[in-house]
Amino acid sequence: MAAIVAENLTRRFGDFVAVDRVNLRVEPGEVFGFLGPNGSGKTTLIKMLTGLLPVSDGAAWVDGLDVRTHAEQVRERIGYMSQQFSLYEDLTVSENLRFYGRIYGLEREWLRERLDALVTIHGLAPYLNRQAGKLSGGWKQRLALACAMLHEPKIMFLDEPTSGIDPVARRQLWDLLYDLSGRGITFFVTTHNMDEAERCHHVGYIFSARLIADGTPEALKTLPQVNLPGTRRLEITTPDITRTLRIARELPAVCSANIFGDSIHALVEERLDPKELEAELAERGVVIREIRPRTTGLEDVFVELTSQHQAQLDGAHA
Amino acid sequence: MRKAFRGLNAILYKEVLHIQRDRTAMVLALIIPLFQLTVLGFGIDTNIRQVKTVVFNEDGRRPSRELIDRLRNSDIFRIVAYVRSDQELNETIVAGRARVGVKIPVDYSDQLLDRDTAQVLVLIDGSDSAVAGQALNVATAIGLDESLRRLLQTRQALPVEMRPRLLFNPASRTPNFLLPGMTAVLLLFVTTLLTAVSIVREKEKGTLEQVFVTPVRPLGLLVGKLIPYLGIGFLELCALLFFMRFVFRVPIHGNPVLLLWLAVPYLFVNLSIGLLVSAKAQSQSEAMQMSMMIILPTIFFSGYIFPRETMPLPFYLVSFLVPGTYFVNIARGVILRGAGVVHLWVDALVLLGMGMGLLLLAAKRFQKKVIAT
Repeated sequence: MAAIVAENLTRRFGDFVAVDRVNLRVEPGEVFGFLGPNGSGKTTLIKMLTGLLPVSDGAAWVDGLDVRTHAEQVRERIGYMSQQFSLYEDLTVSENLRFYGRIYGLEREWLRERLDALVTIHGLAPYLNRQAGKLSGGWKQRLALACAMLHEPKIMFLDEPTSGIDPVARRQLWDLLYDLSGRGITFFVTTHNMDEAERCHHVGYIFSARLIADGTPEALKTLPQVNLPGTRRLEITTPDITRTLRIARELPAVCSANIFGDSIHALVEERLDPKELEAELAERGVVIREIRPRTTGLEDVFVELTSQHQAQLDGAHA
Repeated sequence: MRKAFRGLNAILYKEVLHIQRDRTAMVLALIIPLFQLTVLGFGIDTNIRQVKTVVFNEDGRRPSRELIDRLRNSDIFRIVAYVRSDQELNETIVAGRARVGVKIPVDYSDQLLDRDTAQVLVLIDGSDSAVAGQALNVATAIGLDESLRRLLQTRQALPVEMRPRLLFNPASRTPNFLLPGMTAVLLLFVTTLLTAVSIVREKEKGTLEQVFVTPVRPLGLLVGKLIPYLGIGFLELCALLFFMRFVFRVPIHGNPVLLLWLAVPYLFVNLSIGLLVSAKAQSQSEAMQMSMMIILPTIFFSGYIFPRETMPLPFYLVSFLVPGTYFVNIARGVILRGAGVVHLWVDALVLLGMGMGLLLLAAKRFQKKVIAT
């Protein structure tokens, strides 16, 4: 049985469609990375899956339970960590934990055992008597995760768990997620970070309410619509990115070009060799620092799919 | 049934911790109403005394001076000026330096001697109806009394004498009348605001959403929030009663314990109002404004300041919908009239009913947010 299943899951707010016929299947023990631009429907989908928002159309099952009819039972089996820190800042770490323990009605003995186990796993022992509001970002997230896991949920929903925490804490949190997924817990994690996405077993990409990519990172990187036959991917480093991008896009042999950080990734016809491209650009007065071949990354996949999808949407509107 | 209140003990545990952590806010919440009680209790006196009066005594002989002394001795009039012309008399009243002008004509003493009718002009500033009414009554009464005294020189006793006695508040002290009602308003203020803000703050911080993804039921959440604030409201009531009794010396004729018991349904209504406000409001400032909208009608319609009996019919009917009305009646009943549970159980029952209704309404509103159970 799959941990999470969505079938044509749809949510409308008036005329606006926030989530449009999403089909999804997440297996038990998977770390599922859910990506997409802000406002594309990520949080809405999570809210439907956790029973916080009614479903407009379609259906979804979490741990085999229909979220439309069994929201309360679903809530007993899932853990949820929202985008913003949402524990009580004036309560101490151990008080927050105890509060959630009581909410789930855990028995005294069992609660004590769970608390001990979680405090060990999450390394919270030194902070038990500190007020939650006085913890640093990374520790707040660990506490939130521990609170959400007290009742031993099989499925965890984490909405941007690493936003606003430092890289070290981010790495530690991901190590922890992997450790826990190894124990059979399924994670549904939203993120904007490509490194994090690369670490997921399974990623989905939502754009403009539609799920436009769904698969393992490797499978997505080899998608035919991302790697057009007879093309290759090149990375161009230049001090003058915006002008180079404009000029590169005008070249007939360049299929697409996009900015990634301080370089440009271009999909070019296979016959075009890096030396030739450099020569062509130099001819047009562009200073090039380096051009080298590049293997397709997840970010390339998402950027490519987004622009193709955007073109389709624009076409449909026109 | 137990399931409907799921999460109650967890919320209760946490709420008590919040209150312990935020002790300054709680102390302020308790002290501010006491401060208001003190200011209003000392400041407001609805009995009219010492009305500023200007006198134009054109006569000046002994009988006219006697009349002026009688006015002065009534405690209602305080003579602030003597003038020498009609114009000055008018001027003083227009300028607001006096509210009452008394003119004794030049022939006052002569008329009395001739056993004719001596006329005294009394001008009253009608811009404050309460002052004007009282001045009018007392001036007329003094005139009548003076007439009787002169007529009854042969027969020494009055044929009829009315002997009014003010029950419950013989000295007609304002605090006795005002403070029991004021407890209703002050309690409403504190309890409604505290509960409303405590939930709306959770909305603002996102902690409520986190609680909603757990199996907590709306009634568990709301009742868990309600119980600690019921305790605070109760503490507040005790403090108010203590101040009323020992600082303002308002005698409590009935049983104070009964009053505390009957206050529970009233506190319950107020807290439920606070919960309902918090279901609707999205921010703390919105919650404050909405609470004020509830508090103002209580001041006007509960009979705390303005007697309900003199209200136009539609307003009188509205007053039945205001919970404060019932508690003002309970508080005055127990404190001033020494009423017992036999006289007041209907009011308590109405309040209990209102509280239940409002609580269920609030639970329903929250239910919509925690969908499909």
